[in-house]
Amino acid sequence: MTGSHEQLPPWATAVVLPLLNVAAALAVSGVVVWLIGESPLEVVSLLLWGAFGWGEGVGYTLFYTTNFIFTGLAFGIAFHAGLFNIGAEGQAYLGGLGVALACLYLDFLPLPILIVVAIAASAAFGAGWAFIPAWLQARRGSHVVITTIMFNFIAASLMVYLLVNVLAPAGSMQPESETFSDHARLPFLHDIAAALGVQIATSPLNLSFVWALICCVGFWVLIWRTRLGYALRTAGINPAAAVYAGMSPGRLTIIAMMLSGALASGMALNEIMGSQHRLILEFTAGYGFVGIAVALMGRSHPAGIVLAALLFGALYQGGAELAFEKPQITRDMVVMIQGLIIFFAGAMEHFFRPQLVRLFSLMPSTSRQEA
Amino acid sequence: MAETAGSPAIRLDGISKSFGPVRANRDISLAVEKGSIHGIVGENGAGKSTLMSILYGFYQADAGSIHISGRPANIRTPQDAIAAGIGMVHQHFMLVDPFTVLENVILGAEGGLTLRQGMDQARTELIALERDYGLEVSPDATVSSLTVGQQQRVEILKALFRQADILILDEPTGVLTPAEADHLFRILGQLRDTGKTVILITHKLREIMAITDKVSVMRQGEIVDTLHTKDVSLEKLAELMVGRRVLMQVDKQTVDAGECVFEARDLTIAKAQYVRSLDKVSLRVHSGEIVGIAGVAGNGQSELLEVIGGMRSDYTGDIMMRGRTLRPAISAPDAIRANGMAHVPEDRHRMGLVMPFEASENCILGYHNEDRYQRGALLDRAAILSDAAGKLERFDVRPPNPHLPASSFSGGNQQKIVLAREFEHDPDFLAVGQPTRGVDIGAIEFIHQHLLDMRARGKAILLVSVELDEIRALADRIVVMFAGRIVGECLPSVSDAQIGALMAGLEAEPGV
Repeated sequence: MTGSHEQLPPWATAVVLPLLNVAAALAVSGVVVWLIGESPLEVVSLLLWGAFGWGEGVGYTLFYTTNFIFTGLAFGIAFHAGLFNIGAEGQAYLGGLGVALACLYLDFLPLPILIVVAIAASAAFGAGWAFIPAWLQARRGSHVVITTIMFNFIAASLMVYLLVNVLAPAGSMQPESETFSDHARLPFLHDIAAALGVQIATSPLNLSFVWALICCVGFWVLIWRTRLGYALRTAGINPAAAVYAGMSPGRLTIIAMMLSGALASGMALNEIMGSQHRLILEFTAGYGFVGIAVALMGRSHPAGIVLAALLFGALYQGGAELAFEKPQITRDMVVMIQGLIIFFAGAMEHFFRPQLVRLFSLMPSTSRQEA
Repeated sequence: MAETAGSPAIRLDGISKSFGPVRANRDISLAVEKGSIHGIVGENGAGKSTLMSILYGFYQADAGSIHISGRPANIRTPQDAIAAGIGMVHQHFMLVDPFTVLENVILGAEGGLTLRQGMDQARTELIALERDYGLEVSPDATVSSLTVGQQQRVEILKALFRQADILILDEPTGVLTPAEADHLFRILGQLRDTGKTVILITHKLREIMAITDKVSVMRQGEIVDTLHTKDVSLEKLAELMVGRRVLMQVDKQTVDAGECVFEARDLTIAKAQYVRSLDKVSLRVHSGEIVGIAGVAGNGQSELLEVIGGMRSDYTGDIMMRGRTLRPAISAPDAIRANGMAHVPEDRHRMGLVMPFEASENCILGYHNEDRYQRGALLDRAAILSDAAGKLERFDVRPPNPHLPASSFSGGNQQKIVLAREFEHDPDFLAVGQPTRGVDIGAIEFIHQHLLDMRARGKAILLVSVELDEIRALADRIVVMFAGRIVGECLPSVSDAQIGALMAGLEAEPGV
């Protein structure tokens, strides 16, 4: 009542604040664009057209969105349990190993079964990689922020070793695995649509997108409708209350981190089995880190995560088109815009809160007596 | 009291302050006379703390003016308040523990480039102040080695050292033994006699009656009345605070204590080799009996509750229910609940509730694994909501809306949610910590009545409270803890002095 953290209606926190943050990021980006002598309006329209204006663009946007949904969900689930998992990058990387092993060595299985096996393998590898830092925090008190970031480096080194020395075909100089056989690939959505008689543009968008949406529903059910989710949220918000209620925070830490690692691995499914069809170096390309911003912007709620992921997916795709159309504007400019969005939506999440609170307190319709 | 000539020490005119839609202070006007002790009472959330925070510069009023000694004062920061001669002793002390008293006192008023000069001067002043007011703290003692009462006096010293003429004390006796509280009141009396003005914020009406000259009663952000203390009765004050008549004493019927339900044997927690936060605590609670644990906060009561509630495993000793040894064998809190025990934790914010959770979610905390809340693999939300709605209604939680987050209820209603959850589980044994801390008078009455009802139904209850009055009103037996040990047992009818001596760690006279 008398705290400094003054109240806003929930919808304002969930909708107005993120919109303001994105608008601020875009405004600052606009200034930079203007400074290098381009018209901000033209740039925005090119960006939007690149992302949504044509079939292939939409396909690519949703393909990138899929990656962001997975890494956003990964960060979000750990966040609900009060954990800051910044190791999605490494967990997804290892998840890619699981996918690749399944696709390379179990490709005799019928595709539907292979898909299930590949999902299970990626989840197991990602969860396994997350288990070690989780166990270290739960039982030995090493903070996951430190350990997960270290495990990203370890994962990177391990994968280089495996790709160069173990998985690369004999005689190949490329640090990548053999290409998967044709029937060990996730179907592209344009192929599925074609089979159903609908023509859509060719893009790497594949069945992983559907799996990502299913994971969103599963995430919601788990967090808000199950005992485990209840326990995770309790431990995340108030560990002392969790102990009081007979929950084991250590156990919950391990569970949350493993779920997080498993979700992060979804992006490996999308990239490796869905698009690249071989295991390559560095396919995680920073998605794990941007997932943090996605989850924070989306308030760790699946609906918010999908919207934030769509925003970042559109920036990736639209930005690539923009860099192609406008030589003045390089790929780095797009990275800068992303950076600004992360800055405003993540680091300065509550920057506009005091102004918004003041605005709301001026609105007589919202004033109601404290019950 | 004789009216002092001249302008009042503090005059507030039309002070208003809103936080969003909540109007914490509404058009408050108040005059505090020089050289008087002025009490401000009110329930939690009545706006006392907000008003004092405005006076001390933590908040700015939306409207209204402040005059100090007749001059208009523009107080925007605590520095302004200090410059205007206002000193504040906070509920939670603002001291640097490893520093000495002297170092703490000069903090922020060091004066000069080197410490030495200011220190020497400060020392002389400090010694004079201590002598004048009987504060009894040595300037060179380390704060961490002082008792809570002494630490509080360091806070008073800090204010006096900064030439405060007006001293505001926010709930100063919550952490003190009765003897320490008496000492504090003597000091306040001396301050008044030397012309200082004291504002005492409290919810304890007896303190108001004991030492104030005038008292202002706040309710829902307004001052409902300002009275001469000598013209008013305890009952009248309570009525003004709550806005209706209040039963000051709950009706305690005699219940014959039955068989021993709960027994603890030699509970010990060794913190370090020679430090024990619990030291061979043994006690029994019978059916139909309330055993009160009295003691100054921090003497092992919290640890005892946590051990009984199954929240820690770093102890030795046995816990038995109806003669059957439960622990160490069965120790998880959920297993304990399954064995007919319930635990109302001391600190509902830290343990008893998850503030952002809906009331309904808080109503299953600790019982979330029970079958009646499950539907297949999912939680049965309909069952949880209807169960919560029933609990809120039976415990008169306002508003009875199971969808509201716990944080949006008042302290008393939050506590009722915790009690509803634990009581309705129908345990044989209840461990209750600070059931009325931060709870308004109306709710206190309700909670006490419920505890006595449980007792009448043959439940065994262990009550831990720092409010001696509460323990006296409810308990059949009082057990006093000091430094992790049980130092004595007495009946609720013994005098304050006797219990106070036990609480202070003085050896009990045999037969008390």
